[in-house]
Amino acid sequence: MVLHHSPARRRTRAAVIAAATTLGLLLAGCGGSGFDDTGGAASPDGGSGAKELQVLIGSSGQAETTAVTQAAQAWGTSAGTEVSVTAASDLNQQLSQGFASSQPPDVFYVGSDVVASYAANGSLAAYGADLPGSDDFYPNLRSAFTVDGTFYCAPKDFSTLALIVDEKAWTAAGLTDADVPTTWDQLATVAGRLTSGDRTGLVTSSEYQRLGAFMAEAGGSLVTDGKATADSAQNVEALRYVKSLLSAGSMKFAADVGAGDGTEALGTGKAAMTIEGNWAVGGIASSYPDLQYRVLELPAGPAGKGTLSFTNCWGIAADSKAQDQAEALVASLTSTDQQLAFTEAFGVMPSVASAADGFRQQFPAQAAFLAGADYAKTVPNEAGVSDVVKDLNAQLEGLAAGDPAEILGSTQTNLEAALKG
Amino acid sequence: MSRDVAIPATTPAAAGTPPTTRPRSPHGRRQARAGWVFTAPALLLVLLFVGLPVVMAVWVSVSGWRGRGSPFASGVPFVGLDNYRTLLAGGGLATQDLGTALRNNSWYVVLVVPLQTVVALLLAVAVNRRTLRGRGFFRTAFYFPSVTSSVAIVVVFLFLFSASGAVNQVIGVLGIDGPNWFADPRGVLHVLLGGLGGGEAPGALAEHGFIGISWWEWLAGPSVAMSALIMLAVFTTSGTFMLLFLAGLQNISAEVEEAALVDGASSFQRLRYVTVPMLRPVLFTVLTLGLVGTWQVFDQIYAGTQGGPAKTTITPAYLSYTSSFVDQRWGQGAAIAFILFAIIVVLTLVQRAVLRGDRT
Repeated sequence: MVLHHSPARRRTRAAVIAAATTLGLLLAGCGGSGFDDTGGAASPDGGSGAKELQVLIGSSGQAETTAVTQAAQAWGTSAGTEVSVTAASDLNQQLSQGFASSQPPDVFYVGSDVVASYAANGSLAAYGADLPGSDDFYPNLRSAFTVDGTFYCAPKDFSTLALIVDEKAWTAAGLTDADVPTTWDQLATVAGRLTSGDRTGLVTSSEYQRLGAFMAEAGGSLVTDGKATADSAQNVEALRYVKSLLSAGSMKFAADVGAGDGTEALGTGKAAMTIEGNWAVGGIASSYPDLQYRVLELPAGPAGKGTLSFTNCWGIAADSKAQDQAEALVASLTSTDQQLAFTEAFGVMPSVASAADGFRQQFPAQAAFLAGADYAKTVPNEAGVSDVVKDLNAQLEGLAAGDPAEILGSTQTNLEAALKG
Repeated sequence: MSRDVAIPATTPAAAGTPPTTRPRSPHGRRQARAGWVFTAPALLLVLLFVGLPVVMAVWVSVSGWRGRGSPFASGVPFVGLDNYRTLLAGGGLATQDLGTALRNNSWYVVLVVPLQTVVALLLAVAVNRRTLRGRGFFRTAFYFPSVTSSVAIVVVFLFLFSASGAVNQVIGVLGIDGPNWFADPRGVLHVLLGGLGGGEAPGALAEHGFIGISWWEWLAGPSVAMSALIMLAVFTTSGTFMLLFLAGLQNISAEVEEAALVDGASSFQRLRYVTVPMLRPVLFTVLTLGLVGTWQVFDQIYAGTQGGPAKTTITPAYLSYTSSFVDQRWGQGAAIAFILFAIIVVLTLVQRAVLRGDRT
């Protein structure tokens, strides 16, 4: 039997070898055309103006896409460069594909939580300090995009957290301007008085990105000077305070009242107050246009005022073949006038101090967000920290029944491991 | 893939040439060559889009590639089994996450596979009845969830199972205060134990563990949120498998059924001792497809819960995605995918052995 079949087998083997060879050739072909295409990277300064700049943005909506496209194309016309702006459907994934293929978009949004991992694998060009007027960015925003002492990319805009209050509920509870909470005790009292029926005094998401403001007010943070300080006495005190509000029933997490986030809880009348960033303004305008609200600074904690700030930057790819042009585009997009134009178009807060007055004039009601810029802390940006924060968020969902010290203790362990790696 | 390779070898035999002369006959040789030629395009596509990526993923899982440029570039270090070690024995967050994902997915598989198989079988038997009026309508209705986009179904379920959603309204009528499904991270078994007054973790279970999480956590059961996803999976896939069972049922001749009827078997006995044994090959297919599909659950997580609440719906497939695309730890992401692959292969083999050994 074996003898009978052997010629056929040999033929099969030959065919398999042939197929494998073909595959090998294909592989080599791929390698040649895509993966090892380093010819362009060696000369980053294309300079001639013939190259088209690709801009990839994680847009909040049509208004932002239109405004960015118009601004980029206006710059392109004056600089003699083609610019195409694309709104990503999944920014991180599309960027990853670009980096892996060595043909990333030239300019793109980068969140402060991923800047360290992109910097670590060498995908980001560190141009921040070269930018004219880089001193004009708020210091805490610069630090959000500084990895190992290098200022990588220019902050695009930012927002801080503030207390947003439903005016009607406020008046209905018999509260006046004199009752605006400036301390934790006052916040507890006000939240208690605003709680009635289906309405909870204070509703916010359970994540660190909101509750971290209380840690800042208590004087704590997750990372201090590169060291893990998650289980500090200040942080424990902050979570104990939040837990006391939860136990009193004057505060609830958004998910527990069936809302997606604080804005939804406020808009649907399930909350009288929430802690959100200035993106809530746009959300309220589009979903709950009838809601009358005011924005207050967060009350001070034992260590004074505190809040968190969130920001994106304009990343430039290290593999971009037109880095000079990309930098010129970013300089134009972050200029004071252009940022004020973006503010008008889609309500973001300018990342440069020189635009602060313009913002206050345009949006006097949002002054509290801007006031936070002076004392805000950013979410730590070290590589691996975003995973720890995710884990912390998972635990914070159970804060009402959990032990603050225990939650922060396990976070401290994870954080130490992440900062070491 | 192996099936594609096998086709050219069997083609000549299928043509009816006597097997002894087949290898030597020029006719057979020509046919074998023709077979290769005809399968070559498909074979190439499979090698290019399945074989090659698998090889690349194997390399990525043992490399320190960080996602920039080609993983085969000269600067990418070989790190051996470091990624696997970090995941399985590192004890850090990566290990805890993998343990949690495996815990979640195990409960999902343990509940979804038997439930969907039983439901699919019962549906198939029901719509196979000759006496049932409007059989076509019911077959279409039960099959409908399978042809609907799973993302659309996830979105509908998110609304149905919201805190004040339809499900809670209905069970509210019965006087039960429904949970806030997709925001409730409590394990179902923990909740039941708590109801019986035993909510605290026994020391032995809390102190020892496996892959980064304690035995007490392993025994938590699916979270309330995961339970909603389990119902969703049973709802969507039962129709598909009903169709497979239906095809099997229609192969069983009416005489067999009649013979059992004449012997005085009740309808349950006919199902248990006649229908199910005759459906064994279909049953094997359904269980295997179910097992493979449930271990790879991704779309419902990605579109629905993003792993929350409290990580109780992260699955290995979703974890592999986030490790790679979000955290830029491609090595670990690929390693998770291969760990998942190993689990699926082992469980499928075990299941095959069990079903075969069961044969009487």
